[in-house]
Amino acid sequence: MTARRPDGLTAGRIVLVLSVLLAVRPCGRPAAAQDTTAGKVVYQKWCAGCHGDNGAGDGQGARHMIPPPRDFTGAIYQIRSTPSGQLPTDADLMRSIDEGLGGTAMPGWKNRLSDRQRRDVLAYIKTFSTFFADTTQRPQPITFSSAPSGTDVKVGRQFYDSIGCRKCHGDQGRGDGPSAPTLKDDAGHPMFAANLHENWRFNGGGTVEDIYHRLRTGLDGTPMPSFSDLLEQKFLTDEQLWRVAQYVRSLSPKDAPVVRDVIHAPLTKALPHAPDDSAWTGVDTYWFPLVGQIIRKERWFAPAVSGVWVKAVHTADSIAIRVAWDDRSQSPDTAWLAHLGRVFNTLSDDSTREQPALWPDQLAVQFPVSIPTGMERPYFLMGSPSAPVYQWRWSSTARTSATAGLARGIDRFDPITGSGAGIPTQAVYDHGEWRVVFTRALASPDTANQLPLRTGRAIPVAFFAWDGSNGEHGTRMAVSTWYFLALDEPVPARVFISPVLAMVLTLGLGMLVVWRAQQKTSYRRQQ
Amino acid sequence: MKGRIFSVVGSMLLLTVCSKGNQSSAAPAASPTAAPTAAPTNEPPPAAPAAGSTAGGTITGHVKFTGTAPKNPTIDMSEEAACKAKYPNPPQEENVVSGPANSLANVFVYVKSGVPAGQKFTAPTTPVTINQEGCRYHPHVFGIMVGQPFEIDNSDPVLHNIKAIAKANRPFNVSQPSAGMKTTRPPFTAPEVMVNLECNVHGWMHAYLGVRPDPFYAVSKQDGSFTISGLPPGTYTIEAWHEKLGTQTATVTIAGTESKTANFTFAAH
Repeated sequence: MTARRPDGLTAGRIVLVLSVLLAVRPCGRPAAAQDTTAGKVVYQKWCAGCHGDNGAGDGQGARHMIPPPRDFTGAIYQIRSTPSGQLPTDADLMRSIDEGLGGTAMPGWKNRLSDRQRRDVLAYIKTFSTFFADTTQRPQPITFSSAPSGTDVKVGRQFYDSIGCRKCHGDQGRGDGPSAPTLKDDAGHPMFAANLHENWRFNGGGTVEDIYHRLRTGLDGTPMPSFSDLLEQKFLTDEQLWRVAQYVRSLSPKDAPVVRDVIHAPLTKALPHAPDDSAWTGVDTYWFPLVGQIIRKERWFAPAVSGVWVKAVHTADSIAIRVAWDDRSQSPDTAWLAHLGRVFNTLSDDSTREQPALWPDQLAVQFPVSIPTGMERPYFLMGSPSAPVYQWRWSSTARTSATAGLARGIDRFDPITGSGAGIPTQAVYDHGEWRVVFTRALASPDTANQLPLRTGRAIPVAFFAWDGSNGEHGTRMAVSTWYFLALDEPVPARVFISPVLAMVLTLGLGMLVVWRAQQKTSYRRQQ
Repeated sequence: MKGRIFSVVGSMLLLTVCSKGNQSSAAPAASPTAAPTAAPTNEPPPAAPAAGSTAGGTITGHVKFTGTAPKNPTIDMSEEAACKAKYPNPPQEENVVSGPANSLANVFVYVKSGVPAGQKFTAPTTPVTINQEGCRYHPHVFGIMVGQPFEIDNSDPVLHNIKAIAKANRPFNVSQPSAGMKTTRPPFTAPEVMVNLECNVHGWMHAYLGVRPDPFYAVSKQDGSFTISGLPPGTYTIEAWHEKLGTQTATVTIAGTESKTANFTFAAH
């Protein structure tokens, strides 16, 4: 069709037609159909805010991000299918654009930009580095094996230890290994060893396959190396590396946690005061996500605590609330001071520059001072001068008791004096996890300020967390919104007896009516 | 009109290229047909002597420092018993290594400019090797030629990762969790002073690698001495690089097979 020259058309029209043909029918390789000029338009609208006009990862938003946005000028990419040191394939880059990077500020763009736009922007991003134009640097993807049959977490754990994963990721995988406080990227920004208990936040995806691929390729530009040489030099079999991936996967829940709004606290006979009391085993756990406090100055864009796991039980007169959260450092800890300096340097936002110091870890549990009668609750962010909230504030430097008090806004906390001032707590820090149990009587010595906890009511509750080694204190914290706590009432015996009684009664009455009717009928017949 | 015809032909060609690309993409992209400029082998053989040759001119010199050398921090190896056991006394970092009379070791001295741009040098096929032993790098500062094999050895029974931080070359990060591992990396492709090597498991482990297109480089020894030999006649800018004390330059003109001296003095803070 293209070989014959139609006479009726001018050459210019032919060019036009051919151009259209070219545009409409893309070549097999995406590169040939990509338009870097159109890509630049997309980039400047959607990407430059974080990645910078020149792709150097220095956009306006970058000052608020740990990890910082990718600097495209070096062409160093974490999520690849290629060996360490090689460029990513187009498919690798498209995956990161489509899906985003878990646990970071990079969202997925699959549903926000068209196929065309994403292809074009991909092509434009590649122009920031000369490596992509260098034909000697062509990426050669690894041919990954498929997963072996079955799962053997025990073998995985054995090799997790032997190949040194725990050095950074920690003995239990919460990113708290001995080398964790020293980690940084090529530019000196702080880096965190991934918390392996949160696979929904893994940069490159949380499946066993994703984890295996990251073990093979490493995350270039970060401290995470490639373990492929181990296989090539036969220090480890491919199956053993798959078992490591299976072990890592096993540390996270089967499904990413889902928020359920109401914490149900069942009735028990004895209150478990210790965090590791076996009585907690059968109690339902509720997960609540926390986010950085970015409403009031000083804002905090890099919270270390991503969520809390809460359980609660009560007896006839007392309540125990168990809050557990992952925290890679037991603060205060001098080992993290240099790291904290890097955190402050990276987050050079509008806040006043602060010197790293030794702050404790903290957790606050918040209630209203009284159960609201309507829909209105106090301001979730620690109330206001006119509508205070009732809080229990626990600190790692005073582990056995939390301070009860009234918060009248984010920067004002008035501890309660006298009765009810101290909330007894028991705390355990165990390989990157805090587990703290708060206990209190249900009744309150001061019902105006200290909320009495009653059964059968939806009690608003919120949580706040500070990781001192991450520079968190004061308004620099992780916050939740309001959720609810419900103290399940003991079900009274009449609940079970009444329906039976009612049924028996109804049946009896019915039978009586029928009997009477039959009596009458037989009487008439007799007459 | 002619121009228009050309554009038609051009477009047709483009279309042909595209459809070819379409076909080949179905098959595994194994053939390196799209790399015609990868191997410029038809160049004349190097005019200059190969690395290590004694022919040509020689530059020798000493590197010194003035002032007080900063103290090297003591390394806390308590996390790595196998490494710690290798030292009778706690080891120190090698930020500033000095010898008698204020001599300065671990200075990378190289010909920064003056070698004709078109002159090509063949890289040796013997690898440059870095070894990890006692949770330290050996050597600490060294050079390698573009195209020369680079081998990384681990003599420690602990996990090391070797992360190369580079700009002109591709950075990489590979792990060696076992003693006896030997990894040969693809050669470096571009000159770069310096490529930084570090271990993220052991934050004190740093090494510096100068990647050069020619063999005209050396590292000062404990007594501060260095020798660069085999230089063809010419005027050269010599740079001395130190990881903490910065860089110094000197200009040296070589005529014939003479030996010239270039001394460097760094100011310690």
